[in-house]
Amino acid sequence: MALIEFVLVSVALLGVGIYGLAVKRNAIRMLFAVEIIINAANLNLVAFSRHVADSGGQSLALFSIAVAAAEVAVGLALVVVAYRMYRDIDIAKFRSLRG
Amino acid sequence: MADGIFLALAVLTIGSAIAALEMRSLIYGSIALMGSLGGVAGFFFLLDAPFVALFQLAVYVGSIAVLILFTVMLVRRELIFRKVEDKRRRMAGIGLLLVFMVAVGAVVVSSGIHDMSTDSPPVDYRDIGADFLIYYWPALVVMALILSGAVTGALVLARREDGPD
Repeated sequence: MALIEFVLVSVALLGVGIYGLAVKRNAIRMLFAVEIIINAANLNLVAFSRHVADSGGQSLALFSIAVAAAEVAVGLALVVVAYRMYRDIDIAKFRSLRG
Repeated sequence: MADGIFLALAVLTIGSAIAALEMRSLIYGSIALMGSLGGVAGFFFLLDAPFVALFQLAVYVGSIAVLILFTVMLVRRELIFRKVEDKRRRMAGIGLLLVFMVAVGAVVVSSGIHDMSTDSPPVDYRDIGADFLIYYWPALVVMALILSGAVTGALVLARREDGPD
């Protein structure tokens, strides 16, 4: 199969993720958009690793998945804390950085 | 045959990515997000990377799905279904999406990637294991520390101060 097909799917996923980050105001949906962007990057890594027949891309993709998991855990904890403070998950309502 | 599977996966992945962002209910949205991430895992299978695909399934569709669903359920019920957004902002977002996809797509199509194929011999997953334990072991240790630090940080952040005394 041609490499370009995978890269184009990745571009589409990245576009959808950027759209979500630009338009949505719901904190959880913005996390969804970040996840979609990370997956677009991972798809690129694995596709190019397949092209050059080297395992480095796949190793980097595995590390990237693990970092994304950590990021989601912290991000969701932040959403929970913000929800507790403001009783809302609309990012426009998060007005202060006070504890 | 492979092209049919590829098309189906592409439709599933991109369609459920859009559904994850646009569905009214956050719960259905998170289930659609899992469909999208599962589709990416399918692409990994197509690219002969079964180890990464199974890792993706275990981490994303397994654990992150549960994490997101529980967080969504912690949020008040009206907030799950409420969608606040500007009409004009949304139109601008769709415009940005189209411009971005056409521009980057044109760059990609006209670049040298056109002639590259994925027909080289697949990487043996045992090579990944060897890589991890021989070349990348410090990174693996740092990764473990980052993960445990992140989980501990998440627990500390989400802890309630006003417990029952």
